[in-house]
Amino acid sequence: MAFLVTSITVYIFYLLMTTSSGNLLLWSKEELIIGGVLAIVVGALTKNILVKKDLRMLSPRRIFLFLIYLIFVWFPALAVANIDVAYRVITGKINPGIVKIQPKLPNDLSLMILANSITLTPGTLSVEVDEKTNALYVHWINVDKAALKKMPRDPKYVCGKFPEWARRIAG
Amino acid sequence: MNIALYIFIGIGCLFNLIGVIGLHRFPDFYTRLHAATKCTTFGSIFLIIAVMIQSIAIWTTEGISSPESVLSIHSFIAMIALVLTNATGAHAIARAGHRSGVKPVRAVVDDIDGAKIND
Repeated sequence: MAFLVTSITVYIFYLLMTTSSGNLLLWSKEELIIGGVLAIVVGALTKNILVKKDLRMLSPRRIFLFLIYLIFVWFPALAVANIDVAYRVITGKINPGIVKIQPKLPNDLSLMILANSITLTPGTLSVEVDEKTNALYVHWINVDKAALKKMPRDPKYVCGKFPEWARRIAG
Repeated sequence: MNIALYIFIGIGCLFNLIGVIGLHRFPDFYTRLHAATKCTTFGSIFLIIAVMIQSIAIWTTEGISSPESVLSIHSFIAMIALVLTNATGAHAIARAGHRSGVKPVRAVVDDIDGAKIND
């Protein structure tokens, strides 16, 4: 199953890269054949790297949620982040610090989604991850005093609703 | 169509410029990384969207088999790769920086300091 998923993903990418190379639909015969052979080879070699045994991202509900998250949650946050950086570049007001948060995520994929989202959203940058407890260390450009009362810090000050979204998508 | 293109390219260049100024003005490694990651990602997304609009315009006039039309698909894949690798790369750089002992300047709090992680 892992082999099939990897091969099909690789083949789709190959076809996307070689669109309009001929007139069999959109591809030439040679491209279709060599792409298929390469997809089988790559799928056999890398099936344990790309998906391991975890096929949960195949469910259409998770993919749909991920797209919703990208367009309606992540992209606006990225826009706000850029305006925030522009404001700090112009005024020079910074109050930085590195804080520890414990988002309580169950697996690596959700942690990756959260860490990458944190890096691209307002005022935060993930620095280090504790692989045993899944705690994240985040560089925060404007530390809120209210968040410093507890240890580990409350994720709602640092990254808002992102942990819930990461859990819903890949948890 | 052309006006939309210029607007997108303008936004892209503006945010990339802010990123560059931030790289110059911020006091230390981590804050510079903030400017370098967020602004270049956002700016480049808009530049790529401009390329895609132009290529789709060619697509509609010259037909689906014209070589220029493939550009929109290629730049879309480039956008996915950019968003993924920019965030991951920033994380790797920040982690490497902290492990080799770069401390955040003017830090209010540093929870990592003294914590034993992945040793």
